[in-house]
Amino acid sequence: MEKNTPTDAPRMPLIELQGLTVRFGERVILRNLNASLGGRAIGLLGPNGAGKSTLINTLLGFYKTAAGSARVLGHDIQREIQEIRRLVGYMPENDAFISKMSAVSFVQMMGELSGLPAGVALERAHEALFYVGLAESRYRKLGSYSLGMKQLAKLAQAIVHGPKLLILDEPTNGLDPSARQRMIRMIHEIRDSGEMRIVLCSHLLRDVEDTCDEVLILKKGQIAHYSNLNEERRANMRFLELETYGANGDFTEAIVKLGCECAVTANRTKLVLADGVETRDIYRIAAEKQVRIRRLNFRRDTLEDIFLKAMEN
Amino acid sequence: MAVYRRNYKPYAGGYTQTWSRFLVLFRYSRRNLFRSKFLTAFFVICFFFPLACLLMIYLANSASFLDKIGFPPAMLTIDNQFFFRVMSVQGGFAFLLTAFVGPGLISPDLANGALPLYFCRPFSRAEYILGKSSVLAILLSEITWVPGGILFAVQSSFNSASWAWENLWMVGSFLISSLIWIAILSLLSMALSAWVKWRVVAGALLLAVMFFGAGLGQAINAVLQTDAGYFFNVVFLMGTVWSALFRLSPEHAISVPQACIALFLYCSICLGLLMKKVRAYEVVR
Repeated sequence: MEKNTPTDAPRMPLIELQGLTVRFGERVILRNLNASLGGRAIGLLGPNGAGKSTLINTLLGFYKTAAGSARVLGHDIQREIQEIRRLVGYMPENDAFISKMSAVSFVQMMGELSGLPAGVALERAHEALFYVGLAESRYRKLGSYSLGMKQLAKLAQAIVHGPKLLILDEPTNGLDPSARQRMIRMIHEIRDSGEMRIVLCSHLLRDVEDTCDEVLILKKGQIAHYSNLNEERRANMRFLELETYGANGDFTEAIVKLGCECAVTANRTKLVLADGVETRDIYRIAAEKQVRIRRLNFRRDTLEDIFLKAMEN
Repeated sequence: MAVYRRNYKPYAGGYTQTWSRFLVLFRYSRRNLFRSKFLTAFFVICFFFPLACLLMIYLANSASFLDKIGFPPAMLTIDNQFFFRVMSVQGGFAFLLTAFVGPGLISPDLANGALPLYFCRPFSRAEYILGKSSVLAILLSEITWVPGGILFAVQSSFNSASWAWENLWMVGSFLISSLIWIAILSLLSMALSAWVKWRVVAGALLLAVMFFGAGLGQAINAVLQTDAGYFFNVVFLMGTVWSALFRLSPEHAISVPQACIALFLYCSICLGLLMKKVRAYEVVR
């Protein structure tokens, strides 16, 4: 992808939810959601039925809100939905194609429906299909595609008109490991290009962890947890977990004197590094106190830990 | 630069007018339709009768030629009856064409869940229906009121301006009759296409609605000793309206306003069914 200057300010909120509530009949599907998300790539996590897809569909104007409001790229979903749709590329979770059309015709038509002139849409359809790796099979009918190829075709139609925001609903569903790797790599590329911001909806923690820098975890239609993964990753670099041999009170005392917080259980020591203290200082103290460090880990809450905690609450 | 050498890049150019986007669907659907050799052949056959009528008009206005072959000119009168017959025959062809084309308009989008891809763009459900129905509307226009208008123009060219002026109402009748028929056929076939994913079944259902409705109507009339059964017979209702528009005496018990109201209700029901089904995702309450 060519790198151009992104037109959106990097910190402009991508999605703002203000008391957003969605009902299907008597059932409340999304309940009073409040959040402001501004990352380059936002992950929507949650178990099946948590309301992830409903949230996406509401942001695209497919479902009406029962209460509250939401803004996407600064545009209100109730009043400016056409503008939002112009700026958004959407890759739905389920099969979405026209089986008797060739990939290039399909992507071209979608480009034209987004407002591109016919000639430009054709040109960009070819480019998008090359970009997602369907160059060789772009004249084949979509009905003859494998599942992985259909996913890629869906991605191509989502980016053909050059959206500012790309919404991916379960993009790795049904993909084999190599196809999944390829999809994740592509999402990385798109994210790193800075041209498009991404909302990735998935129940696969690994996908979200690999690609997103903010995570919104939904549970039963409510926000269970919000996490800025970048900040957590940075903060987690200050947490150390040591497995030691021969440690005594002197070792712990010396660490505490450096200003670090410390907790000892059996031969394990957990500590938070103080500002200005580095890992090599810990090694130095261990050498001085003749303590052998058998293992040193940066204790890091994986997304799985964060998710499980959110589900427990 | 060759396409394969280019990279994906953001779009910075202009956009087409919003109102014109429905024509994208029209263009793609029509192109797709005429890939079928059978449809192309049938479409050509639809013009045989108007061509025959054109010949009849020529003969009717060639008294010397008719004299030569000894054909009585009274048997070739170009009047409202003639145009009514043209409308009836072309209306039949329009129905057959719709049975072939209509069911394939929406069902392919529904069969593979493509609707969210249309509606996640600046493209509304109304525009989608307009785009899809315009395929049928223009196709059917090409075999109904357009040839009808040409026939009238040819007949007028053989006659005086006063004839054309006095009979201009027939062009209006042809146009209105065609438009009502096109509206009913388009909405009915599209509603069936939206509710039945299988194209063949949807086509068969369209035939069934027309013929089963007529049969049901006759049965109701016979059993209940009433004329209310005609309300189930779309072809009869249409015939009543056409007869009135071409200033021919209606043969049956239902009045023209009643027939118009019934046809309007059919259109409304079809439109309602269509709008209910044509949405990005169905809401399960």
